[in-house]
Amino acid sequence: MTLVLALVLVPLLAGLVLLCLRADLPRRLVVVAVTGAVCVGCVALACLPALNLGELPVSRHAVNLGMMAVEAVMGLYILYVGVRARHFLIVALMLAQAGLMGWFEWTAGPEASPAPALFVDKFSIVMALINGIVGGGICLYAVGYMREYHTEAHRDVPDRRPMFFALLFVFMGAMFGLVFADELPWLFFFWEVTTLCSFLLIGYTQTPEARKNALLALVMNLSGGLAFALAIVWFYHNTHQLGLQALIHSGHAAALLPAALLCFAGITKAAQCPFSSWLLGAMVAPTPVSALLHSSTMVKAGVYLVLRLAPVVTGTSVGLMVALVGGVTFLIGSLAAITTPEAKRVLAHSTIANLGLVVLCGGIGTYEAVWAGVLLIIFHAVAKCLLFLCVGVVEHKLHSRNIEDMSGLIVYMPHVAVMMLIGMAGMSLAPFGMLISKWAVLRAVVDAYPMLSVFIVFGSAATLFFWVKWMGKLVEVVAPRQRVIKEISLDESVALYGLSVVTFLACLFFPLFSKLFIEPYVAGVYGHTGSLGQGNMLIMVIMMAVVMLFPLSFLSRGRGVKVVDPYLGGANIQGSPGFTGSGGASETVTLHNYYMGGVLNEAWLSRVAVAGGALMLAAMLVFAFI
Amino acid sequence: MSPWLRLIVYLVAAPVVGGVLSGWDRRVSARMQSRRGPPILQPFYDVLKLWQKQNLANHPSQNYYVLFFFLLVVFTGALFFAGSDLLLVIFALTTASIFFVLGAYKASSPYSFIGAERELIQIMAYEPMVLLTAIGMYMVTKTFYIGGIANHGGLLVLALPGVFLGFVFALEIKFRKSPFDLSSSHHAHQELVRGITTEFSGRTLALIEVAHWYETVFLLGWVYLFFASSPVLGVVMALGVYVFVVLVDNVFARLKWQAALGSAWAVTAVLGFGNIVVLSLQR
Repeated sequence: MTLVLALVLVPLLAGLVLLCLRADLPRRLVVVAVTGAVCVGCVALACLPALNLGELPVSRHAVNLGMMAVEAVMGLYILYVGVRARHFLIVALMLAQAGLMGWFEWTAGPEASPAPALFVDKFSIVMALINGIVGGGICLYAVGYMREYHTEAHRDVPDRRPMFFALLFVFMGAMFGLVFADELPWLFFFWEVTTLCSFLLIGYTQTPEARKNALLALVMNLSGGLAFALAIVWFYHNTHQLGLQALIHSGHAAALLPAALLCFAGITKAAQCPFSSWLLGAMVAPTPVSALLHSSTMVKAGVYLVLRLAPVVTGTSVGLMVALVGGVTFLIGSLAAITTPEAKRVLAHSTIANLGLVVLCGGIGTYEAVWAGVLLIIFHAVAKCLLFLCVGVVEHKLHSRNIEDMSGLIVYMPHVAVMMLIGMAGMSLAPFGMLISKWAVLRAVVDAYPMLSVFIVFGSAATLFFWVKWMGKLVEVVAPRQRVIKEISLDESVALYGLSVVTFLACLFFPLFSKLFIEPYVAGVYGHTGSLGQGNMLIMVIMMAVVMLFPLSFLSRGRGVKVVDPYLGGANIQGSPGFTGSGGASETVTLHNYYMGGVLNEAWLSRVAVAGGALMLAAMLVFAFI
Repeated sequence: MSPWLRLIVYLVAAPVVGGVLSGWDRRVSARMQSRRGPPILQPFYDVLKLWQKQNLANHPSQNYYVLFFFLLVVFTGALFFAGSDLLLVIFALTTASIFFVLGAYKASSPYSFIGAERELIQIMAYEPMVLLTAIGMYMVTKTFYIGGIANHGGLLVLALPGVFLGFVFALEIKFRKSPFDLSSSHHAHQELVRGITTEFSGRTLALIEVAHWYETVFLLGWVYLFFASSPVLGVVMALGVYVFVVLVDNVFARLKWQAALGSAWAVTAVLGFGNIVVLSLQR
């Protein structure tokens, strides 16, 4: 109990402390200490035997009052933001939500529900581990990154680092609260804290673009918040219960509508169609923010909720619609990622796509699907975080986030390039993480709704294309460039190497992880559990061993090989990547990837996504009512 | 036959069968073009000669990618003939192809680069159909294990006619035959030069060739699965599909990648997915 509370409160308190620290060194010490403590705490939580959650050390009524006070302050702030920006949709959504919750508190009163307010099971432990380890890695990385951001890369941006780090840790604390909360109003409180934190972090640079995108994120997440509030009120008025577990176990009749509303909220937070634009807009923020939003917090909160509700929606039309939203998002996100050369945008599209797969799993909601969904969350969090952090480093050194400029990165920034390759292999290739999960998803889909497999087969072909062409750009070497001397600072390298090792270990030991955490959770909910079968796991491990041998082959590099210039269709010019063509003129060689501009169009794809997603969400709500 | 025995037979016999098929392909193609053509064993002579050549490379590491491509192709075929999970086989095959593509990227010449890029487009074109084939087989036989699929009583092709046609279409792309020889032309005097294999020579090129033999046998083995309940018919049809692929190769000119990708996805959506829809409505 104390441990769970500590995990929630320590980051929140650390955030308050960091708000007051202007100097670099003490801030660094606090970040390192808190990150270390949180990581240890999560691992301890994972290792402890089944927890017996007792009563809170303080009266729940007092906690509720405190939360209400904080919520009121946040609500007033959001109203202020909405009025100042003349964004009346924000004002309207906030007022509707506040009115609803106020009325709820008034009518429900201080009636205490008997169920414990906090809840810990294997699934919340998995989420806590991701939040602690991956999120902690990001905070560490942010120390070095933000120093360079303000002193070298972006001198024009006002230095508001105390607020930045405070928000990072508050965000982390809220995420812990979110995964441990069982009482819906508490969950809702943490939900709104993450919304507000993400709004502030996206708008960090305060450029017009950043402000605009921050408001977009706010308005979309507030609409999800409104759905959440509606769910709470509806559920309470029908059953006089407030627990998430109570909701899951209260049967279709009472739970389907609130579950649909909560899925709606999850879909907004997980940036699914038609709400995917806020996550793409969030790219304006500094890289640690993107990494945080994409891997350990925020969007993961959305898919966490959808997966939690899977047992309620499984087999219903609501579930089918949720699955369709996920499937369409996966396909369109994967196709959209082909069209852009901007590294962070590719990563963002891929995040949206992968979350689509998780939502698809949640909508299908069978035991196999939930098993695959949890696995996806884990692998996606580590690999995607690693990739974002690498892109951040490269961006600072090259002053560009264009993939075309990363040509030959393997030669002049070998460490970062290898880590990026690990991340990308983790995202796309057998026998690594994401592919194992995709395999599991495919099996789950074929057993439940075979027709939905069409989204996965086309989507995953597109996924492969954009990852491998990026990998190719990293390994391809045309013009030799000077090697960058100091690739990464100390804090950054701790985070990067740590995450590479975690990615690697996650791939190698996932059968163990699945046995210890995911299978018990799925078995606890459904009575039986998914897996890929002993033989297949063994083959995967063999294949992993084969692929691991690949770096070893570089030991005998260059032995017995005569190095020659490539064929260029002309006379090669010595020492440069050029040739003398037929007219006697010298030509230089440049290589560019395909972006399929004539066939695929990002704007068009996003219009399709918005229309399709909106249609299916509307259908979902209609199905929930009837 | 026990899985282990089948595995060993595959490892030993596949390159022989694949090589002969390849020699026969060249002979038949030559006859279709009113040429005499090389002896059937010519591919073996070629590989032996390549093996003795000097090892040239733009970047020494490019050869390792090809080595692992070879190992993974053999591994994929081994999984298939040992009766493993069909989806796993597909993923292993994809990983193998990716190593090949990365090797070509590593070589960093414009021709191998464009070949690599187009090979990726080809993978993107055929992969959905290949996955749908596995799904279709699962829906009929209720198992992804190749052993189980092969021992299924009925002729799979009767339940999966659309999937079968789509799979043959995908094979055309996978074998890099015209009209889908986008990534690598068989004759180096075209605008692509040799595309993806332009910068590989000597033993590395020999490995690519042998890997291709293994791949051919394994993919024809998959065609056999559609007719597995009647082994004679299965072998005849597998060879028949090979003849068909060679014929198409000689009849068509190369398509643009847009047309290749578009037609492949259209065929997958109509024939492959249409078949899946019919199957799931029947359930």
